Amino acid sequence: MKSTGAAKAKSAGKKTGNEPQYRLRLYVAGQTPRSLQALSNLKRICEEHLAGNYRVEVIDLLQKPQLAAGDQILAIPTLVRSIPAPARRIIGDLSNVERVLVGLDLLRAG
Amino acid sequence: MPKAPTGIPGFDEITFGGLPKGRPTLVCGGAGCGKTLFGIEFLVRGATQFGEPGVLLSFEESAQDLVVNVASLGFDLAKLQRTKKLAIDHIYIDKSEIAETGEYDLEGLFIRLNGAIESVGAKRVLLDTPEALFAGLSDVGILRSELRRLFRWLKDKGVTAVITGERGEGTLTRHGLEEYVSDCVILLDHRVQNDAVTRRLRVLKYRGSTHGTDEYPFLIDQKGISVLPVTSLGLTHGVSRERISSGVPVLDEMLGGWGYYRGSSIMVTGTAGTGKTSLAAHFVDAACRRGERAMYFAFEESPGQITRNMKSVGIHLDRWIKKGLLHIDSARPSAFGLEMHLVRMHGLLDQHRPSAVAIDPITGLAAGASEHDTAVMVLRIVDFIKSRGATGFFTALAAEDDLQSTSLSISSLVDTWLLLRNIEVNGERNRLMYILKSRGMAHSNQMREFLLTDKGVKLQNVYLGAGTVLTGSARLAQEAEDRREEIRRRQEDRRRELALRASLAAVDAKIAALHAEKQTVEKELTETAAEGAARRKAASGDQDELKRSRGGN
Repeated sequence: MKSTGAAKAKSAGKKTGNEPQYRLRLYVAGQTPRSLQALSNLKRICEEHLAGNYRVEVIDLLQKPQLAAGDQILAIPTLVRSIPAPARRIIGDLSNVERVLVGLDLLRAG
Repeated sequence: MPKAPTGIPGFDEITFGGLPKGRPTLVCGGAGCGKTLFGIEFLVRGATQFGEPGVLLSFEESAQDLVVNVASLGFDLAKLQRTKKLAIDHIYIDKSEIAETGEYDLEGLFIRLNGAIESVGAKRVLLDTPEALFAGLSDVGILRSELRRLFRWLKDKGVTAVITGERGEGTLTRHGLEEYVSDCVILLDHRVQNDAVTRRLRVLKYRGSTHGTDEYPFLIDQKGISVLPVTSLGLTHGVSRERISSGVPVLDEMLGGWGYYRGSSIMVTGTAGTGKTSLAAHFVDAACRRGERAMYFAFEESPGQITRNMKSVGIHLDRWIKKGLLHIDSARPSAFGLEMHLVRMHGLLDQHRPSAVAIDPITGLAAGASEHDTAVMVLRIVDFIKSRGATGFFTALAAEDDLQSTSLSISSLVDTWLLLRNIEVNGERNRLMYILKSRGMAHSNQMREFLLTDKGVKLQNVYLGAGTVLTGSARLAQEAEDRREEIRRRQEDRRRELALRASLAAVDAKIAALHAEKQTVEKELTETAAEGAARRKAASGDQDELKRSRGGN
């Protein structure tokens, strides 16, 4: 992740021409080890499970603090799945893959 | 220690200036105790009265809800937001929407709070209540350390913060916020006793400052919170030397000749039917006669009943009501809680601005509340009336056996205390009145018989003689007997006088006789002396004649 500012759009995978089915926003506050950890965990999980069908936006609240209220961000890092609805949020460094998948509705709990 | 005034009436007095400036204060209490309102009032008054903008971080209610909820108290949060004096952020968390995986912190919360503080240049912050986080997030360890960090951060920021917390079982707050906020802790309480609600406030802790330690009742009315401290009692009130009539001339006479002091508090205690209400009516009547406004709070009778009954003893109150000088307010003591009574009375006093206030009976307030609560409330009412420079007249119903007990512990507060009592002798009941105390004036120590006539209250000298006090017909009988005795005594005196005069005359006669005798004797004495001299002269003449005739020498 770069610290050039603002919201950084990042997409990966095949360009199908269609909008990706999954839109994710990762909220961080500066480049803390935990944030970096979360981002790398996220990348790995997405590549593994959503390859070509996702877009991740990283929002650094140190740069854009006014964006925190909109998504009701409290905890850092927070991953928000804005699409598909309903919105889901996962907080923490995303180190538990199974829980992230459950949180994103990619896996049924239990 | 620098303090941030809350502007909440009474609160700044008991904390000697307000909340600790630049530090967090915990305000805790059960549901509905008024803690959110306390915090909001702190922000609103800070922004409007002290030039300190504020931030409201709400964890429970949305900004819109808050704006609507406090609008009834005259707080226009929306306007404060528009004028950049207040920023509101609603922190919303729903556990069901959140999955937790791995380590996190609450930097998002800090960023939002910081953003809000900077947006208005806030000096005051309300967090209401961060305990909601415990319901939304499951990692208690992280939460606790983050809260600790938050409060330290607030302190570093130098903002004066109010943090609310819901009272827990056996703890001040459910999640132990008091562990982190230890500079100042305020406890609000909300009790229902006999269907009457009483709110109280207590400063549990105030590091580095003195503070009142009592439980102070407080009110929430249309102007927000007001704490009713008793600290200012009687000590800062302006003192008047002006005297006002009690409405009963003899009573004025007994009170050093001029009646009550203006602005003083007068209490009259007595058993049922001793004429307390009549004295109160005289008091307001006298005020209206002077052209002053008066207020009569009745807890037992309706205004109509009072004017009718008082008319029967010659006190015409209805004319003052028509003139707008007198306002009679009747309310059942049990109609609402003490607190509400106090609010109403405050309101009516504000509206009517009387210079004379009667509360009849002040003991009526005791119905439906504990003795202590009532005493505290009464203290505050008495103090309030006094603080406005109005003269207060309070009647108190006393038990037959202990006249001084129902003083509701305000006896030390009242300046003049009148006692009315019944005496039952010889098959009749009479009233006696005396002045138990009256500060700052030479007052009569005499008991007077208290008569209710069709021309109002009359105070009659009682029969004092032969070591007893007699009233009523016993007094009249005794007085008649005294009169007869007096006549007998007078006749006796006359007789003796005549006798003495007679003997005096006799003595005078004797003196005259002796005097005459004396004159006779004196006359005799003079004649005797003259005769002797003549005789001696004659004898001497004879001898000379003899010598010459003998031709000798």
